[in-house]
Amino acid sequence: MDIVSAFEILVKSMLFASAPLILTALGGVFSERSGVVNIGLEGLMVIGAFAAVVFNLTFASTFGAATPWVALLAAMGIGGLFSLIHAVASITFRANQVVSGVAINFLAVGLGVFLVKAWYGAGQTAKIPVPMYYTQIPILSDIPVIGPMFFNNYLTSYLAIIVAIIAWFVLFKTPFGLRLRSVGEHPLAADTMGINVFKMRYIAVFISGVLGGLGGGVYAQTISQDFSGGTITGQGFIALAAVIFGKWHPLGAMGAALFFGLAQSLAIIGGSFPLLSDVPNWALLSAPYILTILALAGFIGRADAPKAIGTPYIKGKR
Amino acid sequence: MSNRVLTILIPIISVLLGLIVGAIVMSVSGFNPIEGYGALIKGAVGDSFYLGETIRQITPYIFAGLAVAFAFRTGLFNIGVEGQLLVGWTASVWVGLAFDLPKIIHLPMAVLAGALAGALWAFIPGILKARLRVHEVIVTIMMNYIALHFVNYLIRYVISDEQNTTERVPESASLKSPLLETLTDYSTLHYGIFLALAGAIVFWVILEKTTSGFELRSVGLNQHASEYAGMNVNRNIVLSMVISGAFAGLAGAMEGLGTFGYGFIHDSFSGVGFDGIAVALLGGNIAIGVVLAAALFGILKQGALIMPLESGVPTELVEIVIAIIIFFVASSYIIAYLLRRFKKGAN
Repeated sequence: MDIVSAFEILVKSMLFASAPLILTALGGVFSERSGVVNIGLEGLMVIGAFAAVVFNLTFASTFGAATPWVALLAAMGIGGLFSLIHAVASITFRANQVVSGVAINFLAVGLGVFLVKAWYGAGQTAKIPVPMYYTQIPILSDIPVIGPMFFNNYLTSYLAIIVAIIAWFVLFKTPFGLRLRSVGEHPLAADTMGINVFKMRYIAVFISGVLGGLGGGVYAQTISQDFSGGTITGQGFIALAAVIFGKWHPLGAMGAALFFGLAQSLAIIGGSFPLLSDVPNWALLSAPYILTILALAGFIGRADAPKAIGTPYIKGKR
Repeated sequence: MSNRVLTILIPIISVLLGLIVGAIVMSVSGFNPIEGYGALIKGAVGDSFYLGETIRQITPYIFAGLAVAFAFRTGLFNIGVEGQLLVGWTASVWVGLAFDLPKIIHLPMAVLAGALAGALWAFIPGILKARLRVHEVIVTIMMNYIALHFVNYLIRYVISDEQNTTERVPESASLKSPLLETLTDYSTLHYGIFLALAGAIVFWVILEKTTSGFELRSVGLNQHASEYAGMNVNRNIVLSMVISGAFAGLAGAMEGLGTFGYGFIHDSFSGVGFDGIAVALLGGNIAIGVVLAAALFGILKQGALIMPLESGVPTELVEIVIAIIIFFVASSYIIAYLLRRFKKGAN
């Protein structure tokens, strides 16, 4: 394989491997910026993947070619609803948010596989009839070298980048975003200024469910194309790593997710690159995690969490 | 209602709520909950073989639960039990295979290697927390995945010759017990359960009867007060993570030297480490509570295996029940609130 075609495969697989990570990480940014830890991203992806696959299998004849896109809407809806369990536990019931997130992860896999077995009689669904396909972007994909490299991919890869820009705008350029961030930094002050802390946190967790569900739906319809207990194995935690590595910033999270997507692609096809063939596979697979630890430790720029993260807000308590 | 009563009532109520939700899920999806739970109980304790398998399943749960609980008592959340378990598993098998010694030296050495590896893996998040104030939750999650990939690499390229499994550990390093196997109709029950129960006693002694245990608990209750009283908070944080990791590594050694007797490439986590979080929470982070909670989870997990055959209910029902139990234990505030309201109403 010559270096240009190897590079092309690398960029392509980076773009499609990172799309679900970007979307889910953005969900994590919303939740954590409002002060609610979301270890449950993994579970939200699982439930999104489950919803998308079941929808695709059931309604393929009704919606035809549009099925994957409608299935994504279903995944977003179910993901949003599912995240409300985490919201109720961690905001209203003042549960330990990490524990509640762990419960979400258990519940998503348990419920998903349970229902698949109850409905389809097997631990794994059939392949979805209408998966997503590569789309050539008109005009742009005709540019030599760069065109086929960047502009012939799943539309969801571009969607993820667009959503990241929208998320940045919403969080940093709108009053809503300012309020959301303020309840994550200093809920008491925000409350004093008339912001409804509980409402903002519920909305933020709901958004994280919608985006996590979307991420899972994208993963299921582009990469795995079916659903089982082993469909989502750690992608949600890589997304969580991207949230932190990206310093709780939407564009940072996007950059981190792209980078982690690249690391994953390298682990698969790194052997074709002369320099990387000496790096053991486990190091490339572990790269996102090792880098996140280094970032947290302050070796790669300090990563500071929102101040009020992890603490339930109790009205009237100082 | 006193706190003491609440600490006992909340786990019991949570378990009941979990089982009720499980029954509802079964009914809604067209199964008979009574048949389902009947099959579960039969599959867990129905005859001596099932009982043996259940006790074998309880063994790593006790260690994993103790690991999470120990860190909790010092105010640390060790989600990394899964990773520490994997390195402990691998290290114990490695030592089991690498040496040729009499059993009286070899077996303790292999078990200790598991504990040491787990401790070492937990030392990293411990030192990062103590020195640099890095949150241990994130680091331990990341360490889980590093462990998974690292251990798979070791098993494939270092311990075995590019195989998916290692050789079996020799008799001299094995926890397998022909006696216990015969007693339980040839189940895979091994000596590990005695080590696990001893581990629970060690846990209790360290925390309740030693000075360092007092310091560890004190740091968990109030770091600033402990520091003011002259305790070295950072040292206690590292110590707590290391001991926690050692318990986790022992859970792995039970699997490596007892249940399986070899190491293999893991596609994903064993799940024991994550279940350990549920065990510790339900057990209120005390030794006896952890043993009881581990017994309950062992029964649920082992009994679930027979459910599809006997009643058609998928095994994953138990995952749902466990998730709901964790959810309610975590939401203990609301249960306590409702109980107090209820009590007031009765008066």
